[in-house]
This record gives sequence, C-alpha cells and structure tokens, in this order.
Amino acid sequence: MQASAFSIRDSLGPSLRLMRVTIREVARRRSALVGGILLCCIVLASVSFPLFYHIDPLEQDLLARFTPPFWQHGGSLAHLLGTDNLGRDVLSRILYGSRVSLLVGFSAVVVAELVGILLGLVSGYYGGRLDNLIMRVADIFMAYPFMLLTISVIAVMGSSIFNLILILGVSDWVTYARTIRGSVLSLKEKEFVEAARAVGTRHPVIIYRHILPNVISPLLVLGTLRVANIIIWESGLSFLGMGVPPPMPTWGRMLAEGRAYITDAWWLATFPGIAIMLTILSINLLGDGLRDALDPRLRNIVS
Amino acid sequence: MGRYLVKRLWHTVYVIIGISMISFFFIHLSGDPVMLMLPADASKQEIEQLRHRLGFDQPLPVQYLHFVSNAVKGDFGESLYYHVPAMNLILERLPASLELAFASMFIALIVSLPIGIISAVYRGSALDMGTMLAALFGLSMPHFWLGIMLILIFSVKLGWLPTSGRGSLAQIIMPATALGLSLMAMFARLTRSVMLEVLSLDYIRTARAKGLGEFMVIGKHALKNALIPLVTVAGMQFGFLIGGTVIIETVFAWPGVGRLVVQAIFNRDYPLVQAIVLVLAVIFVLVNLLVDVLYVYLDPRISYLEEK
Repeated sequence: MQASAFSIRDSLGPSLRLMRVTIREVARRRSALVGGILLCCIVLASVSFPLFYHIDPLEQDLLARFTPPFWQHGGSLAHLLGTDNLGRDVLSRILYGSRVSLLVGFSAVVVAELVGILLGLVSGYYGGRLDNLIMRVADIFMAYPFMLLTISVIAVMGSSIFNLILILGVSDWVTYARTIRGSVLSLKEKEFVEAARAVGTRHPVIIYRHILPNVISPLLVLGTLRVANIIIWESGLSFLGMGVPPPMPTWGRMLAEGRAYITDAWWLATFPGIAIMLTILSINLLGDGLRDALDPRLRNIVS
Repeated sequence: MGRYLVKRLWHTVYVIIGISMISFFFIHLSGDPVMLMLPADASKQEIEQLRHRLGFDQPLPVQYLHFVSNAVKGDFGESLYYHVPAMNLILERLPASLELAFASMFIALIVSLPIGIISAVYRGSALDMGTMLAALFGLSMPHFWLGIMLILIFSVKLGWLPTSGRGSLAQIIMPATALGLSLMAMFARLTRSVMLEVLSLDYIRTARAKGLGEFMVIGKHALKNALIPLVTVAGMQFGFLIGGTVIIETVFAWPGVGRLVVQAIFNRDYPLVQAIVLVLAVIFVLVNLLVDVLYVYLDPRISYLEEK
C-alpha cells in the first residue's frame, strides 16, 4: 500500500515540480500575470454567470428593441449593455457566446495537439519513408489557405459544435507536428536516448518516457497561443454564418447582426468585439509569458 | 542554386496536385449537385440523364482525372448558379482581391518597419513600451471586428469614408487597414526583435568603430540582415491575407473572390467553390516559391545548405 503511494509520488514528482516552476516563472512576469488573471476571470465568468445573471439570452422583448447601454439616454439597468434588434439582452448573449468560443478554442487545440503529437513523434522518431510521407502531407496542408479549407469542409459537413472542433483541430495539426518533429530529431541523438536504446528499451517506451516529456514545453506554449487563433477563426466562421447554428448565441454572429444594424445601434457590434479582444489579449499575454518562462532560447532574443 | 530551384519547383508541383485532390474529394463527398440543379419534382429518369450528361455517374477517380485534364487548360467547368464558366467569374473578381491583399501588405510594412526599428533602437523607452503594447492590442483584434469599428467611426459617426464598394482610394483605406492591422502588429514585433538581435552582432560594432554614422549602421548594415526573416514571414502571411479577404470582403461588400466564394458556398455552387479554392491555393504556393527564390538571393548560405 505504502509502496504504491510512494511510486505515485515518484512518478508525479517531476511533473509537479515542472508545474510549480512554470507557475512561478510566469507569475514573475507582470504582463503574463495580468493575462493569466484576466483569462481566469473570463473562464470563471463564462462558467458561473447563471448564478448571478438571470436574463435569458433568447428572450425577445419587441417593445424594448434597440435599448442602448444603461449610461446612455434611454438605457436602463435592466439591460446593462442594451438590447438587439429583437430586444434580446446583449450582455446575456455575450456571456453565453463566451462558452462557445472558449469550448471550441480549447477543444480544437487539444484535437490539433493530439494529431500533431502523434504524427510529429512518429515522423521524427522513425524517419524514413513514413517521415517523408507525413511531411509532404504537411506541406500540402500548409499551402491550403486555412480559412478556405475550413469553410469548404463546414459547407459540406454542416456546422455543429462538434464538427467545428473537429475541423478546426484537424486543420491545425501541421504546426505542432513540425515543431515536435524538429525537437525529436535532436533529442533522438542525445546520450540518454542512446543509453535507453542500448539497454534494450522498446521504441514506444523510449518515445513515451524519454522523448515526450522533453517536448511538453514547446507544445504548451504553442497550444496556448493557438487557442487565440482558433477563437478568432471560430468567430470569423460564425460571422459568415458558418458557425454554431442558431439559436445558440455566438460572438461572431452577434458581430454580423451588429454590422447589419450599425447605423441604428453602435453597441451591438462593439461589445461582442471587445469580449473577443479581451479574451485574445489575455491568451496572448499568458502565451508570451509562458514562452519566455519555458523557452530560454527565445527569452534571450525577445526579452 | 540550380538544384535548389529544381527541388523547389518539384515541391510546388506536388503541393498543387495534393491541394487539387483534397478539394476535389471533399467537395464530392458533399453529395449530388444534380439534385440541386433540377426542380424538386424532377423524375428519376431526368435526374439520371443530367447526371450522365455531366459525368457524375462515373467513378470518382475518373471524374478527378477528367477535372484535372480540363483544369490544366483553364477550364474549371460551369458555375451551377451563374451559368458561366467558373474561370471567367474568378478572373473578373481576382484583381479586386489581389488589390486588397497588396494594399494591406503595403500598409502593414510601411507602418511596421519604422516602428519596429525605432523601438529596437530606443529599447526600453516609453516609446518602445507604448508601441509594443499597441502591437499586442493589434494582434488581439479580429480584423473583421476592426473593420466594423472603422465603419462605425469613420462612416457612420464622422461620415468621412464610404462604408463599402470599390473604385476609389477612399474605399480601399478601411478594408486594407482592417486586414493589415494584425500583420502590422506582427511585423512591428518581429522587426524589433530581429533588429535587437542584429544590433548586438560584431559586424555592427565594427561598423560603428570605423566611424560610420548611426543612420548608415542601422539603415544599411543592420536592416539588410534584419530583412531576411521579415521576407519569409511576409510571404507566409500572404496565405493569411488570402484567407482574410474572405471575411473582410463580406464586411465591406468588396467585389472580390473572397465574397464570391462565400456566396458560392451558400449557393452550393460546387464547381465554383472548387475552382476558387484551387486558384487561390496556386497563387499562395507561387508566392511562397517567389519568397524562397528571393530568400536565396538575400541569404546565399541557404542554397549551399540545401544542396549538402
């Protein structure tokens, strides 16, 4: 019993230490700290807002159409950020929309990381023909204008939230695969890998125990920064009418509606955009901080 | 140099073949366009006839070969919606999109280069911090939202610029700025970090030691080496511009290929979608080829390394 508890602590020890060091390093950078706190607030608000904000994002009130935000003449505290063309509450729609953006953003990155890790490890470690094939396919994906790829696939498959995550994730694997392949190529030649091979460790075990832990940091940095891109793409698709279908409110669709009523109601397109910008800004700040903390080579150049 | 170019050309060819296959098979997964071309009460026989006439009853690989052999001749089939050759529609709209893409790239470079250089030279100053903070905001704004905000401020509130359309200089300012701003921010950050790196090198110290003016040192010696990574990134970002035109053209009703492809997707006009995807991808691949050739010119070490 005690032995197994020890072994768990032994195996978790290094990764826990890495996490502690990372958090400390990130927290030391003021901009990264600001980004991290802002992102935590956004995620927290997105998850918990039904506890303190009770207005239904779909409830229409045609008598209260185009109510401006509360500080403007004609605004009311019942609708803090005003209402849209159907009298729906803008703040409530933004809060609901955040769930779509964050869910799609983080999940798509996980999908992309999984595909990228698998292909990158195989490509870099085994080399040869398989490597050649994977990298050629990567070239083709790189050259395919991303936006066109996603919109043409979504036009075909339909745009459920699941499809969006899958398509955005699968389209984005190349960057991860290339990064990992590069790291694996140099790791493969290191003494500790050679030593493992010399004592007869099997290849999958070498990959899992010796290579993978060493490529985690670049993946973390890359993944964080890519979440921002995915969220922008998701809202772009939504803006074009190819995002998560109605009635679910999304930031992109709110922008499209706001564009249509831009002469009547400035707040419709303004607030969802600010929500996107703050989310992206927080992720970028955190990602930059992570990169500086985890990748000392970049720190020397950029700091 | 020669061998490197041959290798690059071969790379270009297989990438284009790969893209044509992906776009072809994806679009044909979507089901039968014949059903969309006929009225809902068409008889089974009519459907079969049309399908046969258009070649949709043949196996997919045969259809693909047929498509490729026509595409090489510039024939991408007929748009199901407009009933004219897809290529004609594209050629009609392409200049507008390229104009927008180049204008965005131009605005981005012309603003970001001086900003990046000045920030690097006066590193740590209030100016440096301010511009880098601004760049961070620029990177965090979706370009289509920026476009809408520009319309709100400069068209709706101030009435200075037209909201949409193409033809005059006033009409391209907002779409090009909106599309170019995130590039501007990215280039400014990149220029700054590359300049910082270059300025710390020995040959810069040598140049200063032999008494060259600071303007010469930065403008000529440092900038020439700093340009190399910038050229690559600018070339790679061309793909972003092409993708970006799809949305920004919708925001500003800009009559380009991007708006055409969105409409074609909603109309389920598959031959047109396929043709546009392929043409844009080919343009992107060719731009990358051009960048790589330029790269060899800027940095002669490349072709040597590649040939080893």
